[in-house]
Amino acid sequence: MNTNKRKRELVTEFSPMIEKPHPMLKLWILVLSVIIAIGLYAFYLQFTQGHQITGMRDNVVWGVYIINFIFFVGLSYSGAFISGILHFFNTPWKSSVTRIVEIITVLSIIVGPIFILLCIGRLDRLYYLFMYPRIQSPITWDIIAIITDLVGCFIYLFLTFVPDFAILRDTPDLKVPNWRKKLYRFLAINYRDTDSQRQRLHKITRIMSKMVIAMAIVAYTVLAWIFSLTLQPGWNSTIFAPDFIFSGLYSGVGVIIIIMFLIRKYFKLEKYIVQSHFVMAGIVLLVLSLLFGYFTFSDYFAKWFSHKPADINLLNTLFGRYFWQFILANYIGVLVPLFILSIKKIRTIKSITFAAVVAVLGLWLNRYLIVVPTLETPYVPIQDTRPEYLHYTATWIEWALSFAGVAAFILFFLLIMRLVPIISISETIQHERGQNSKQDESYNY
Amino acid sequence: MGTNRINKDRRKFFQTSAALIGGTLAFSIIKPLELLAQSKNEVAKDEKTEQPLWGMGVDIEKCIGCGKCVEACKLENNVPREPFYFRTWIEQYTVKKDGDVKIESPNGGIGGLKQSVPDEDIFKSFMVPKLCNHCTDAPCVQACPVGATYISPDGVVLVDETYCIGCSYCIQACPYGARFMNPVTKVADKCTFCYHRISKGLEPACVEVCPTDARIFGNLRDKKSDLVAFMQKHPTEVLKRHLNTSPRVFYNGLSSEVR
Repeated sequence: MNTNKRKRELVTEFSPMIEKPHPMLKLWILVLSVIIAIGLYAFYLQFTQGHQITGMRDNVVWGVYIINFIFFVGLSYSGAFISGILHFFNTPWKSSVTRIVEIITVLSIIVGPIFILLCIGRLDRLYYLFMYPRIQSPITWDIIAIITDLVGCFIYLFLTFVPDFAILRDTPDLKVPNWRKKLYRFLAINYRDTDSQRQRLHKITRIMSKMVIAMAIVAYTVLAWIFSLTLQPGWNSTIFAPDFIFSGLYSGVGVIIIIMFLIRKYFKLEKYIVQSHFVMAGIVLLVLSLLFGYFTFSDYFAKWFSHKPADINLLNTLFGRYFWQFILANYIGVLVPLFILSIKKIRTIKSITFAAVVAVLGLWLNRYLIVVPTLETPYVPIQDTRPEYLHYTATWIEWALSFAGVAAFILFFLLIMRLVPIISISETIQHERGQNSKQDESYNY
Repeated sequence: MGTNRINKDRRKFFQTSAALIGGTLAFSIIKPLELLAQSKNEVAKDEKTEQPLWGMGVDIEKCIGCGKCVEACKLENNVPREPFYFRTWIEQYTVKKDGDVKIESPNGGIGGLKQSVPDEDIFKSFMVPKLCNHCTDAPCVQACPVGATYISPDGVVLVDETYCIGCSYCIQACPYGARFMNPVTKVADKCTFCYHRISKGLEPACVEVCPTDARIFGNLRDKKSDLVAFMQKHPTEVLKRHLNTSPRVFYNGLSSEVR
């Protein structure tokens, strides 16, 4: 009975939006919908008029879209990785964070691939990718990897949701409309929280957590290969796959910290998301900033030292036209988080969040510098001297769609929060139960 | 009893799905290898059947930069008239006395290339016509996810514009900058060696229109063709040999400045 009472308490505490929406929710939904609507209008223009209304031209055929794609897929990959690691090692403090991480994982793997579809000139022929795929093309590998990852992430997320759906179903005085009660009953797949069910679910979740890590690494490696398997200067590098893996984690941990900060602030969860969570995530971010900086340095250093003409052209572009962006992405974006996070005294929640914001923006810019300058300095001299062909600048269409993507991400996040508790109730209860009697540890292994 | 039956069913389910997944995996590993073996056999077969293997020779020493080939190509192949969309174009290289190299190609060379560097600064100057190199190991064909880009049996790299989804991956894969996105069809476009002409026994438009015979078109397998004679008489080189794409466009007089 005691557990049931505790469950009811936690339902109210962890799902601030389930029974009663946040007063600002409607406004947020309105604003985000307007941004998405503008994006959809931009998409309509692009679909009818073609890519000529974007900044993408023959040299720079991929622009902001592909950068957003890498960014979001990286986010998803790192979410899967972190959540998998947390489950795998059964980290004691995981229960407050995993739910947020899992939602990020699934949302970004939905939003990300939309951006690569925008790069396609003939969207009406999209289904050809499935009808006439050729296995030797890295793009086909990417499609297979991302769809597998998407399905795997969905299953994994659902499994971690099931006990909470069961709790919501079993909370009779929950003030929600009837259709949502039915929905919870359907989604709980008859989970009754018996011992055998719990053990079985735990086993499956553990298997899935391993598989999700593997799938995420494969998906992100293949994404890096899309670039590194071509002959373009700056891309054709063996370091790309490991670099993408670590930089993806870097941005992922950054976004997790930012979302943790916002949720803690607006939904009064200071008791459950505590400073130690931020410090833990901050230390992970610190290690990743070192790794990311190391990979970036060794990539550019090798290019500079080996002195191939095409690579030197690329470096001249990076240190010429893109000097400030380069400094911002690869110096500020690495050194500022490094500085903030390595000094124990200034490691507060706010400063860690600031470091995370710098890291995420720096990383997005770093992706830009991987994609665009390379395409602006091809092997061949550019034939015509019209500046809009030589240099890529994203048009409002591309920015509108980019912001629409971010808005969709936030909107989905808010809607999911309306439906499920933002901190896993079942895990918290299990954790508390474990603290009461250490016997329950046997469940975990 | 009940659990027994479920267990049996479950075991069967796992067995079937494992077999399915394993089979798919094995198939997906073996299938591409099969293709590799096939393509080699095909080449051998073609040699027997005396199918032509088209190629082009470009004599840099003869090119005067009049730009007629670029214009002819645009007219013949419906290439958009705005500058920058080219299936073939001419680059003017000017090596200055101080060692700088200036590369220009205003409007791809249509209307003739004019020297913008004052005479007294010029060390040497030459024109380089460029086009799709119709590589034997074409990176663009490798990159295409739907098989819209392919190599025809007679050695021409073609784009099927009814299949292309316009993902632009081939445009990036091409190290020669030979491909572009056609703004009308919204798919990848490139030189076809005027396939509609050569299959009727005619020469490509750029070759036919060249006033100095700087472009030589022919069958690489026919030992008596003009192209083979050109390659015998001159020291020819291909562009970017180090990328191992094995192009079928051969240049005479290729200077080391050419990119």
